[in-house]
Amino acid sequence: MSTGTGASDLLHAEDTAVDEIVAGKAPVAARSPLQLFWRRFRKDKVALVAGCFILFEITVAILAEPIRKLLGAPPPNLQSTKALDEFGLPLGPSADHIMGVDQIGRDVFSRVLNGAQVSLKVAFIGTGLSVVIGVSMGMIAGYYRGWVDTAIARCIDILLAFPVLLLGLGLASACSDKDGCLGGVLQPGLPVVIAIIVIANWPYVARIIRGQVLSLREKEFVEASTSLGASNMRIIFREILPNLVAPIIVYTTLFIPANILLEAALSFLGVGVQPPQASWGKMLADATSIFDSAWWYMFFPGMALLLTVLAFNLVGDGMQDALNPKSGQNR
Amino acid sequence: MAAYIARRLLWVVFLLFMITLITFVIFTVLPSGDPAVLRAGRQPSPQLIAAIREQLGLDKSKPVQFINYIGNILPFLGHNGFDFGFSYQNQQDVLPAILDRLPTTIFLTLGAVILWLCIGLPIGILSAVRTGTWYDRLAMGIALVFISAPVYFLGLVALYLFANDIGVFPILPGNSAYEQASGFFGKAEALILPWFVLAAAFAAVYARFLRGNLIDTLQEDFIRTARAKGLSERKVIFRHGVRAAITPIVTLLGLDIGILLGGAILTETVFNIPGIGRYAYNAITQSDLPVIQGTVLFGAFFIVMMSLLVDILYAFIDPRVRY
Amino acid sequence: MAEPLLEVENLVVHFETDDGLVKAVDGISYTVERGQTLGIVGESGSGKSVSSLTVLGLTRSRNARISGTVRFDGRDLLNTSEDDMRGIRGDDIAMIFQDPLSSLHPFYKVGTQISEAVLAHRDVSKAQAWDRAVEMLTLVGIPEPRKRADAYPHEFSGGMRQRAMIAMALANDPKLLIADEPTTALDVTVQAQILELIERLQSEFDTAVVVITHDLGVVAEMADEIAVMYAGRIVEKADAMTTFVGPEHPYTWGLLSSIPRLDSPRGEELVPIAGRPPSLISLPGGCSFHPRCPYVREAHKRVEPALEPVNGDRSHQVACLLDSSVRKKLWGELQQGAKPQAARNDVLEEEAGV
Repeated sequence: MSTGTGASDLLHAEDTAVDEIVAGKAPVAARSPLQLFWRRFRKDKVALVAGCFILFEITVAILAEPIRKLLGAPPPNLQSTKALDEFGLPLGPSADHIMGVDQIGRDVFSRVLNGAQVSLKVAFIGTGLSVVIGVSMGMIAGYYRGWVDTAIARCIDILLAFPVLLLGLGLASACSDKDGCLGGVLQPGLPVVIAIIVIANWPYVARIIRGQVLSLREKEFVEASTSLGASNMRIIFREILPNLVAPIIVYTTLFIPANILLEAALSFLGVGVQPPQASWGKMLADATSIFDSAWWYMFFPGMALLLTVLAFNLVGDGMQDALNPKSGQNR
Repeated sequence: MAAYIARRLLWVVFLLFMITLITFVIFTVLPSGDPAVLRAGRQPSPQLIAAIREQLGLDKSKPVQFINYIGNILPFLGHNGFDFGFSYQNQQDVLPAILDRLPTTIFLTLGAVILWLCIGLPIGILSAVRTGTWYDRLAMGIALVFISAPVYFLGLVALYLFANDIGVFPILPGNSAYEQASGFFGKAEALILPWFVLAAAFAAVYARFLRGNLIDTLQEDFIRTARAKGLSERKVIFRHGVRAAITPIVTLLGLDIGILLGGAILTETVFNIPGIGRYAYNAITQSDLPVIQGTVLFGAFFIVMMSLLVDILYAFIDPRVRY
Repeated sequence: MAEPLLEVENLVVHFETDDGLVKAVDGISYTVERGQTLGIVGESGSGKSVSSLTVLGLTRSRNARISGTVRFDGRDLLNTSEDDMRGIRGDDIAMIFQDPLSSLHPFYKVGTQISEAVLAHRDVSKAQAWDRAVEMLTLVGIPEPRKRADAYPHEFSGGMRQRAMIAMALANDPKLLIADEPTTALDVTVQAQILELIERLQSEFDTAVVVITHDLGVVAEMADEIAVMYAGRIVEKADAMTTFVGPEHPYTWGLLSSIPRLDSPRGEELVPIAGRPPSLISLPGGCSFHPRCPYVREAHKRVEPALEPVNGDRSHQVACLLDSSVRKKLWGELQQGAKPQAARNDVLEEEAGV
């Protein structure tokens, strides 16, 4: 919980809401669920603004290098003593460095831009992988049942019993040595962080999907398919999966901000991305020793984190409301 | 009821076993480097490495190592009670070091818990009863901001604003104040900022969660019955509504307390509070593997225990669960 | 004649929603005499529940537009304050609902929930309230009532739960009991028991009863008067005998025909009412039943029928644009087993011939 949203919120609050999504409830006019969803989402101005902000941020992250050059800011890893004052302390925001510099003269603005790359990349890849794995495991467990289901369900329970941050720390520390883990496959830095995100997230996704599949497979349209001779694979992909698209989207948007915070927390503690690569969490960690005088070094990365996570949360909330307006959870 | 508890206990034992196994795998099987070197800390001498290898039996096969590991942990099998490992860097047993710092972590956790319950729950209830009003939107908006901010950022901002040594409005003890403080009230004062910072995100989560739950609960049929009986609105909302909506919060609370008791690493680091969390953080910076391993195991155990407690408690709260 | 206990006049309940104005109740009037039973019959979405909830003041919300008059024992309920309404709910007027499992709080004992109803309106001690709870449980026929009062709702069977709800509703000896689909969630055998229980208690305590249901069979025995609702309006109102023997609204005929009967010939198909209930946001123009009526005529699509007495008899009122004589003919044919289309054609032929 100390890394932020999502997990417990999800486990406890969303299941009835998801049931309604899956049941495909549609009001008066006969529009497709997707159209309805978009129509409702459009009404939520706040979520729209947040969504635009995210798109803006993704663009900025992808185009970090060109933007930096365009604005004339120095490269993120360039250490320069010019920006330090006579005591060797960093200078604040100025024309040369719009967000100031850190203790070794690196431009904060460039580093914030690069940090965006790291945060978004890690969050998207990590969440994406978790969802793929979680959905697969959940579907297999829910559909085939029997001992496969029991095994997977127990796995999920055990993993969920671990505190996420501690698990992450454990893994990260164990793999922080230059040799890495798993015979060198998992090197410290981004790979380890993504691995941690995947391990921490997939059980949540799997549990929810499993629950959905369990109730879906009892529905008549699955029975109908089976009686028509459809193979298991076909049923899974044609009948069940399309009904899971909505909850999958909702959960993905809820997990991304949590994973951004997780990566930041790991970097803050020193076991995330490796220096000299910029990460907002790491910048905050570096800031702890000088923030009383060099407030910009704490402020800009921190605000970047806050705004990014907030934007994703707002979009997630908006999507949830758009998918099931009756539950009244977030309005 | 007894059967329910018995089943839960059995599951807990299995869970603890699996957690030990996983921790063992993480720290002994996964790393590609030499386990003795990893444990020896920074710049170890060859003799130290050899001694470690011998002492910890690292030359034996993995399954045997695992059995030894379990043996050390369990009091009656091992030689000297609960042995969670030995830190070569600090030259001390891990478990006593953890237990030494436990009271501090408990103090931090309890203060934060009380604070976030007192703030978060009423806000959640009020928001649920006044859905859609400006108050509701404002409260949930602020809550979302606090959930989105990393706790260490909040901590730094709080220190920047209020710490009496460096802050813009110097009114509260800053970081490093805890270690220097003495007496219950001195220490409590030093914890005011950390309490608020730690409680902020949790209060927000609980407020949102209770709001959602209560809104759903107030749509239930038994609420309609309560109103049809002519009960006062306050009774309907609290005795019938909140009473039913609060049960998942109890589960969540148990989980969160369990996690925090394992060490609020981020908060303790920012505020320099000598609890379990900071102990783990120091171990990370020093790559002191035995300590990290010990704290991970300890934290996981705590969570499992709290979950068990919560499950048992749940049976008292929800009569339907007993059978 | 004594003043009626409950008088509803031109009650209108509209809800403003994002999708439009939902006309849940669109101008209904009925009365309930003391000690009498009124049955309100209709499909889901006919507004039958909303009208009763409004009597109790339970539909007052930000988006509700309520007008009309509701007079109970001389008091104007629509203009009564919320505080005063609370004094009436559970004391003078009580209500029981469809699903007793979800309508009782899962975390409190049954005895506690019943005493809660007593303590809300009577100045007695907790022990006295508890005794009253046990007394009520005995009255509704629950065995071992003192033990049962200590149990939780999920430990009761469906029928017993509904009895407990009835016990709770009658604990303060209300003048009026509203039963919203009291038997729908129960097994058929238990249904009869519950209805019989309500009837018995009604005569014992001289309580007026309003039974809301979609099943005409349920009110066949109990009701003194029956009001048939469709799309937020009353389409037929008559005493029970007339409703079953000489109904004059096509919707009522449809309801009667769709009840499966033991004595109908083998192989005879059930005659459902074609189509679906209309959306309360966009009602069909003219007579709201016309899209589903087998006897519809051009004029019916534009003109709204008003509830009018049949042949000057105020005790039987129908909202239909067909002539009473035409309706009597149609009903006559239907009773003899003709299908709606056939009956319609017969009547049209006759009219053409004349």
